[in-house]
Amino acid sequence: MSNADQNSNYISGKTGDWEIVIGLEIHAQVLSSSKLFSGASTEFGKDPNHNVSLVDAAMPGMLPVINQTCIKQAIKSGIALNAEINKYSVFDRKNYFYADLPQGYQISQYKYPIVGEGSLKITDTNGEDKVIGIERIHLEQDAGKSLHDQHPSKSFIDLNRTGVALMEIVSKPDLRSPEEAASYVKKIRTVLRYIETCDGNMEQGSLRADCNVSVRKPNGDLGTRCEIKNLNSIKFISQAIQYEAERQVEILENGGVIDQETRLFDTSTGETRSMRSKEDAHDYRYFPDPDLLPLELSDSQISEIRSDMPELPDQLVERLISEYGITKYDANVIAEEKEYVQYYEDSAKNRDGKLVVNWMTSELFGLLKKNNIQFNQNPISPNYLNELVELIENKTISGKIAKDVFEIIFATSKSPKMIVKEKGLEQVTDDGAIEVFVDQVINENKDKVKEYLSGKDKLFGFFVGQVMKVSQGKANPGLVNKILKLKLK
Amino acid sequence: MSNLLQFSISEALSLLEKKEFSTKELVETYINAIEKTKDLNMYLTKCFDQALEQAKVSDQNYLNGNQRFLEGIPLGVKDMFCTKGIETTASSKILKKFIPTYESTVTHNLWKEGAINLGKLSCDEFAMGSSNETAAKGEVINPWNFEEKRTPGGSSGGSAAAVAAKAALAATGTDTGGSIRQPAAFCGVVGLKPTYGRCSRWGIVAFASSLDQAGPITRNVSDAALMLQVISGYDPKDSTSSNKDVPNFYNDLGKSIKGIKIGIPEEYNSDGISSDILNAKDMTINFLKENGAEIIPVKLPLTKYSLPVYYIVAPAEASSNLARYDGVRYGARIDGNSLDEMYENTRNLGFGDEVKRRIMIGTYVLSSGYYDAYYLKAQKVRRLIKNEFTEIFKQVDYLVTPTTPTTAFKLGSTQDLLTMYLNDVFTVPASLAGIPGISLPIKLDKNKLPVGIQILGKDFDEQGLLNVAKVIESCASFKDTPNGAAS
Repeated sequence: MSNADQNSNYISGKTGDWEIVIGLEIHAQVLSSSKLFSGASTEFGKDPNHNVSLVDAAMPGMLPVINQTCIKQAIKSGIALNAEINKYSVFDRKNYFYADLPQGYQISQYKYPIVGEGSLKITDTNGEDKVIGIERIHLEQDAGKSLHDQHPSKSFIDLNRTGVALMEIVSKPDLRSPEEAASYVKKIRTVLRYIETCDGNMEQGSLRADCNVSVRKPNGDLGTRCEIKNLNSIKFISQAIQYEAERQVEILENGGVIDQETRLFDTSTGETRSMRSKEDAHDYRYFPDPDLLPLELSDSQISEIRSDMPELPDQLVERLISEYGITKYDANVIAEEKEYVQYYEDSAKNRDGKLVVNWMTSELFGLLKKNNIQFNQNPISPNYLNELVELIENKTISGKIAKDVFEIIFATSKSPKMIVKEKGLEQVTDDGAIEVFVDQVINENKDKVKEYLSGKDKLFGFFVGQVMKVSQGKANPGLVNKILKLKLK
Repeated sequence: MSNLLQFSISEALSLLEKKEFSTKELVETYINAIEKTKDLNMYLTKCFDQALEQAKVSDQNYLNGNQRFLEGIPLGVKDMFCTKGIETTASSKILKKFIPTYESTVTHNLWKEGAINLGKLSCDEFAMGSSNETAAKGEVINPWNFEEKRTPGGSSGGSAAAVAAKAALAATGTDTGGSIRQPAAFCGVVGLKPTYGRCSRWGIVAFASSLDQAGPITRNVSDAALMLQVISGYDPKDSTSSNKDVPNFYNDLGKSIKGIKIGIPEEYNSDGISSDILNAKDMTINFLKENGAEIIPVKLPLTKYSLPVYYIVAPAEASSNLARYDGVRYGARIDGNSLDEMYENTRNLGFGDEVKRRIMIGTYVLSSGYYDAYYLKAQKVRRLIKNEFTEIFKQVDYLVTPTTPTTAFKLGSTQDLLTMYLNDVFTVPASLAGIPGISLPIKLDKNKLPVGIQILGKDFDEQGLLNVAKVIESCASFKDTPNGAAS
């Protein structure tokens, strides 16, 4: 990458350029029907304190038992992030008091996480590939929820989320811009959705991020970082990082120093504010949880999961490019969501892959967006798109007519063939019929014909347009061209 | 029928089967005995109505010949075991009126085999203590020379005292650093701490998770075998419980000990150990020799580090285990103007001094900057202690030591905490190593107080331990009864 490219990420201040250094801790809720250490359900949206077992409520004498599904999910995620799977890991207690933390400690992994170093390829600000280092993934319990707005003087506690398994995915400080951070979170979300270890629903809190942000002079020593807690949308992640980096630059350029602290992002003002300083940081008194034995994995356990891995986004992109001949950009768009891939592959069967991807990413996505419809509510089935493209390929209809047909399918869910037939939209490919249209246009535009013949070549497009109009768009444009050229000699 | 209180579990089972008396009669006799001994302050909660109901079921089962393994045996339960529908406080104010909706695995196994719950027995608060003096509802009085008001030991003081005072046919205890063996020794009964993992910890109020282990307190060795049989076994709800097979402890009792090797560790010999206790040890050695065992003096030099290690590891775990008693969900709550104030008020008034002391020690040794020097170092030494036992058990089959350095002392006589902690000096090493240990009475000392001897064995060799204990028991022929016992 050239320096010029790099510079586009910099913040330019009074004293020159500043580079942003970002590391992310993503908390991804593990897809599993029960909690990390109890049999209680993880179903979202239940009445408060509905999904709570005796273990979750930390009743006296209750003991945690590891949910093997969650272990598998963490291993799967580790493999998908090209990471080392640690055959020996330990669950620790992170001790602190809070009303929605019934045990008085969170069971987490501290010194010995289940997944070690890995990496993830993202697309950087300039559209280039960039590899981001993964430091580790560890498993931990989620806390409950405190509700402070239900009663004038009391707080309520909902323990439904208590004990739900989270994977904390810690990146290396390899990200250099809010856009890169967003791209990284998107990619993590895509990967986890692919392998079905996290549903990635940020609105429901299934994926949240803590952002560590610092600034420095380009390639200088690392600056002091601030941690912005608990961001639950990609937009907020970018905004918070941008704001925080600019805040730090301003302080430094005015001769100040950055206090290492934990900050909160206010979504209404778009600003970050201090939550607690380093001095106020908790002493979590981590120690191995004596209720749980160290987690030991066998080679066969790991290799079994490895051999069962579904196709990953990066592999898929390669395959889409080679199998369907589409561009890397298009392949990336399709690969972003598993349901896109399914749709694309179904609709591109025996069709021109490029044509299908164009229809899907411009026409279909456009219509969905315009009508504010989720992809999974999409009224156009892959079969219909396939059929539509087939009609274009065999020249039954022109691309222009196809757009009209597409909108009709969208509105009526009728098959393209039926629409074309009902509305008589078949392309006219009969030379004689087109000749009639051409003659009509020539007769009605004698002045223009004169001008054209006297050298105004640009008017050719006008004649094509007129012929198409007269034919109600059904004339085959290639034939129209050919016949017009012959007649206008 | 003469006094039903005199019978052991095995005797009672065979007499019940022969219909010599009914379960109802047996339970009523014990209810009566509990009333007679109430001044000893052993029971925190009495379950007489339920016990009598259960007795009807048991009698029916005997009538139909469907009797279960411990059908109709009336037991007391240490208040550390959660019992469904019955107040469970761990002898702490902070769990006052706490009524579990669940039954601990150990007690569940007992009831499933037909045993009957007479009630919940006092102990040191959260099992932290060696004298039963930290119990929220006041100390238990040792039935031996009861007028002298001596300690029953602790923390399972209520359990040991009740078995000695014939206010229960047997009882459950928990042992974290000696809490079954030491009170058993002080009260002249048999106390067995199984191997760590032998019995499920599920539903037992946690003190120090890596050390806590449930076990029986009984009148004799055979009864310990019967109880252990029922309470042992793998529990999927406790990740640290073992899936090792549970032998038929009772049926396999009585094997000859000829040729087995008994180690006598020279370190289990602290200053101030009384001549009566040393004499009991010598008597035991002679019993063993007479029965063909080989006596081998051995060295366990790391023993001296056991107490310091224990008083780091146990409080560390306790400080975290007791964090859940915060007034938010159950137990006592003393309100305050903020969440923090509510925590402070609740925990300040809910916990007694000893519990607070250990929470503070535990919090300190886990704090950043101190963790390595205390907790981590203690864990390393603990492993060395475990290794030392593993090595010594390559040379000998069992170890024999006194259970305690003294016999039961007078309540309130120990002002100095370190002296109190020293009471566990002979029992703590086995807890740290996780190995099984049993204490049984040998004789009375010059004050007419029982003296206990401890036998330690390899992991999961409770069977061998019981066999050796059985031999010593029959040689010692300890038949005395405390003057505070019901009759």
